[in-house]
Amino acid sequence: MNDFWIILTGALVAINCGLLGVYLVLRKMTLIGDAISHAVLPGIVLAYLVAQSRSGPVVLLGAAVFGLITTFLIELFHKKLKLQADASIGITFTWLFAVGVIMVSALSGNVDLDQDCVLYGEIAYVPFDLIYIGEKSVGPVALWMQGGNLLATAVLIFWGYRGFFISSFDPGYASGLGIRTGVWHYVLMGMVSLTVVMSFNAVGAILVVAFLAVPPAAAYLLTKSLHTMMAVTVAFGVISAAGGFYLAQWLNASISGSMAVMAGLLFLSVFLFSLLKRYFRKGKNSQYHLDPKPL
Amino acid sequence: MNANLIWVLVGCILISTGASVVGCFTFLRKRSLAGDAVAHALLPGVALSFMIFEEKSLWVLFPGALLAGWFSLLSMEAITRYSKIKSDTAIAIVLSVFFAAGVVLLTRIQAMGIGTQSGLDAFLFGKAAAMLPVDIYLFIIVDTLLLLVIWAWYPYFKLYTFDRAFAASNGLPVRRIGFMLSTLTVVAIAMGIQAVGVVLMAALVITPAAAARFYSRSLGRMIALSATIGAVGAVFGVWVSYMAPAMPTGPWIVVMLSFIAVGSFVFAPRRGLWSRYIRLRNYQLKVTDENILKRLFHLQECLPGAFHSTFEIAEVRSFEALPMQRSLAKLLQNKAIEKSTGSYRLTPEGMVSAARVVRLHRLWELYLNKRMNLPLDHVHHDAETIEHIITPELEEALLKDLNYPLYDPHKSVIPGVMPPI
Repeated sequence: MNDFWIILTGALVAINCGLLGVYLVLRKMTLIGDAISHAVLPGIVLAYLVAQSRSGPVVLLGAAVFGLITTFLIELFHKKLKLQADASIGITFTWLFAVGVIMVSALSGNVDLDQDCVLYGEIAYVPFDLIYIGEKSVGPVALWMQGGNLLATAVLIFWGYRGFFISSFDPGYASGLGIRTGVWHYVLMGMVSLTVVMSFNAVGAILVVAFLAVPPAAAYLLTKSLHTMMAVTVAFGVISAAGGFYLAQWLNASISGSMAVMAGLLFLSVFLFSLLKRYFRKGKNSQYHLDPKPL
Repeated sequence: MNANLIWVLVGCILISTGASVVGCFTFLRKRSLAGDAVAHALLPGVALSFMIFEEKSLWVLFPGALLAGWFSLLSMEAITRYSKIKSDTAIAIVLSVFFAAGVVLLTRIQAMGIGTQSGLDAFLFGKAAAMLPVDIYLFIIVDTLLLLVIWAWYPYFKLYTFDRAFAASNGLPVRRIGFMLSTLTVVAIAMGIQAVGVVLMAALVITPAAAARFYSRSLGRMIALSATIGAVGAVFGVWVSYMAPAMPTGPWIVVMLSFIAVGSFVFAPRRGLWSRYIRLRNYQLKVTDENILKRLFHLQECLPGAFHSTFEIAEVRSFEALPMQRSLAKLLQNKAIEKSTGSYRLTPEGMVSAARVVRLHRLWELYLNKRMNLPLDHVHHDAETIEHIITPELEEALLKDLNYPLYDPHKSVIPGVMPPI
């Protein structure tokens, strides 16, 4: 049963991150997800100090606040201080992460919060933190959190499908139509922060980044429409989670690390497959099918 | 000062300056985040070479880290070159998958229980205190190599960094130069695996260069400044962890560097936020002054010699109350205008500067109408903004080009035009 809970939680994280990751990949903003996942560390430590627990609403709140601070600082450095985009991301998150590490070391000894768990989480402990209704357990806390998150993500994507679609593929046209692309940007960023934060405790920063980037990128290579890309992303995410779990059992190594490696292996095979496909197509000169529609 | 502290200090300075120098190129090529990915990707290399040699010496782990970093670089290059995936996603993929592989290997090492595996955790967040005198030799050799390569290839690196297309059209081997620069980045980052750790090492590459960029427009000075900032950060980090041994060195270096960088973004002369704000404000003040002078000039064109109330001045252009009061006070003090019972008029000196603004305005209107063939109702708005910017040289050129005109296209007199004798 414990194995099942772990795989299910991993798969839900993969689905949540993957669905949002699709948009990040299309908008060329994957690294903001990376930055947020590192930069929430000080928020988690601060919240830990207040709440004396590693999960729960206060920690979520603390991390979410720092997630938003990160996006805000990146924008500020880039727009107001005229720093180029890549450096503004790099400086923001290394700085916040360094502050977080310092806070952790300042507290070390009297708290059971260590630096490593922040990076690679502890999905193995997910089944030990259960929710009880009366005497009966109804599954791990992390699982319910991820389930709620999935619901929120699904509602958001369903409700904002057209807005996200048009502002991702052609922001210029979108703003020409009077669609407020800035609002969609912040809605997406808010959801990404929330998801990163929710997933952070369970699986750690590195798996969050992997699930945000790798399955969507693999799906991107195989598909040509947004909804098939999402479907394939979800499938890849679930396969990575389940495959990664058994890989970890086999190697006797970190579960979330193995899940990310599994996602990487999947990506590698898709990448090689697309290379082969390209290679065989080259001769036929049929790479681009232009549809000669009459105007 | 004990000997160990000196070793750590020297080592951290060597690491930090090396990374800062190379970082200038990384930063200017906009590859900072690729640097971060490389730093994370060193972990599996470190873990693998530990598994093979079962030793924790930096001399053994450094080559493994180099290979892994180099391989990650090639992977990113391959993903962006041979598929439609963009560079940001490629960076995220390589960063997370390589790092995860490193974590898997580390946990595997722990499970196998080889030797003193616990020390390997230091490679995540760094442990400068673990530095040995032999490591210093490695840093010295690596730094010397880095500087030698940069010194030898400096013109090519510079050209490549600032204008890749031009370098290519001059027949330089751009792909080899780019590869060379990326390799330098890998080497510089790999130096810091032990002292700073793979997670934060990227900051030593990005942050000093970003700070230095705000002070300097020449690459040479930027490199020197970046190296200095890197050294200052290193000294500070070592000092903090010496004063409070529980404090980690690497993160404190990063915090200090970021502090310097943010300070530079705000307070650097010319480029910093503060100095840009002051310039903007001064310009806005100047524009308000000139607009008031211009308005008074227009008023005296209808009623020469009369005094005009603030209400009349603000009639056409709605000045904001406070800047207008401030401007009027300043103009009074400079004796450009004079005041009588709450009303104002231009003094002879004020007339000269007011006439200049109006002249520039009307000259530009004429220029737009005559030379650019803009219709009459389109020229005013453009002239309204440019009149504050035109320099005396430009004014002279306009006068010459329009052959010292006396009237603007709206048939108003252009004041103060003197045809040369």
